Amino acid sequence: MIQNSQSTSNMQNNTSICLDNVTISYGSFPAIKNVFCSIPKGYITAFIGPSGCGKSTILRAINRMNDLIDACTLTGRVLFEGVDLYNKRIDPVEVRRKIGMVFQQPNPFPKSIYENIAFGARINGYQGNMDELVENSLKRAAVWDECKDKLNESGCSLSGGQQQRLCIARTIAIEPDVILMDEPCSALDPISTLKIEETMHELKSNYTVIIVTHNMQQALRVSDFTAFFNAEVQPNSTGGKVGYLVEFNNTEKIFNSPKQKATQDYVSGKFG
Amino acid sequence: MSNGNSAKFALRERPAAERFVDEGFRNVAVAMASIVAVVLLGIFLVILSGSLESMGRYGLNFLFISEWNPVTDKYGAFTAIYGTLVSSLAAIIIAIPLGVGTAIFITEDIFPSTARYILGMTVELLAAIPSVVLGLWAIFVMEPFLRPILNELHTKFGWIPFFSTAPIGPGMAPAILILVIMILPIITSISRDSLIQVPQRLREAAYGIGATRWTAILKIILPAAISGIAGGVLLALGRALGETMAVTMIIGNSLNFSWSILAPGNTISAMLANQFGEADGSQVSSLMYAAFVLMIITLGVNIIAQWIVKKLSLKY
Repeated sequence: MIQNSQSTSNMQNNTSICLDNVTISYGSFPAIKNVFCSIPKGYITAFIGPSGCGKSTILRAINRMNDLIDACTLTGRVLFEGVDLYNKRIDPVEVRRKIGMVFQQPNPFPKSIYENIAFGARINGYQGNMDELVENSLKRAAVWDECKDKLNESGCSLSGGQQQRLCIARTIAIEPDVILMDEPCSALDPISTLKIEETMHELKSNYTVIIVTHNMQQALRVSDFTAFFNAEVQPNSTGGKVGYLVEFNNTEKIFNSPKQKATQDYVSGKFG
Repeated sequence: MSNGNSAKFALRERPAAERFVDEGFRNVAVAMASIVAVVLLGIFLVILSGSLESMGRYGLNFLFISEWNPVTDKYGAFTAIYGTLVSSLAAIIIAIPLGVGTAIFITEDIFPSTARYILGMTVELLAAIPSVVLGLWAIFVMEPFLRPILNELHTKFGWIPFFSTAPIGPGMAPAILILVIMILPIITSISRDSLIQVPQRLREAAYGIGATRWTAILKIILPAAISGIAGGVLLALGRALGETMAVTMIIGNSLNFSWSILAPGNTISAMLANQFGEADGSQVSSLMYAAFVLMIITLGVNIIAQWIVKKLSLKY
């Protein structure tokens, strides 16, 4: 990865991702505006907020997934370990190898369970023992016991919760530094959700995890830091709502003594 | 409800007219579907009965004798069968990369969508050109243009049986290329439809673990769409096997067998189109036999197509 010394003064050593005045627009309509945020390394950070506040959009900006959407543009800077990810010389493919993603809907490849894990590792040039990697990844995603006897069966034959953990294992297997999770439990039942949350706790020691969630209890259970986003109709605009970052702090502070009234109202369930 | 007296609610009786329409619709649908089946069966039986005489006389040898001589009244369809199979297979081999490549170009956002749209339209329009027009174009434009190239092929690779004769004008090679043009729209549009149907979340999954565009296309998107693409390819093969007009105009209609695709050749459908007008007696029966063979080949291709599509379909 290209080292260009764009580290800003507010960059600390323990910051993984730094959003520096990020505004993301679809066509000419901004979806989320002027986000400043430093996401610490080695912790779980949750993005919460009402629907349409742009929290998924900002998450997808971190590994340049939004590049796949035609009209989506970004201004400002997204720094990963001090490197501007939107610099022209940065290859989005390399970004996604460092910053993996787990999606809202479980999306295993229509290949065998083994191949689901091995595929990503192989295209990333993994040289080691593939069997070992598959086993370790599945173990760390807490799905090994359920699929160790059927590694050759299709990944799509698993249940929804198992599929999602398979997808987490697939992401772990490419050995990223950061794992982004876009509402990973929204399509799952409570028991699978619990298992995935346990998985996240396991991951924390090795990765920086950023999770978007609709579920405030989940944010409270799993995260160390929480960013609360909200959306407002802009004055003198005709269009829809524009999202913005209201508050970013320790999860405990966000839920117990938030500085902003909107945060207080949201976490106490007054709207959202 | 028949014993509705005790029920707590009563079901409304449907008006007779509504039931009649309902019933009528079902019967019409059955009738429509049956007509297709009856016509197909009828065609099959007519051709079979017409070819019985020739079948009795030549048996399966008909398939392997290349002599077709109305004067001595001896018939073998090998030349035409060889021509049919070789021209169709060669056309399909050339058309697959072209068609699938075009479909990938149209569905992936490599170029601005207007460019992709225009290209897509152009390919679809190819399908609207009548085959007789394509045949004329092949005779007057394509073949003269191709001849030096084919000549070069003959001088360089003449030791390969397929290129062992000098091109003299109409022949199998131009016929193959005209077939490519005719089946390209089928392969392209069916491949495009199956590529579009690959769920967006599969693409995201591939890109999300750091796949490049080409890895994503070759390893994830194409395999996910392969059943549709295979179906399209075999449909196109069926079309190529039966294509008559343009092929008849450019293939040369020679009854003399040659391995070379640069020499004039023949296909079953071209032979039928050429000879039925003035054939009588045993020749008619032999032509019917050849038609029967063509039907069996096409039927076989379709059965294999269905099997492959079933075999390759992935669940996602």
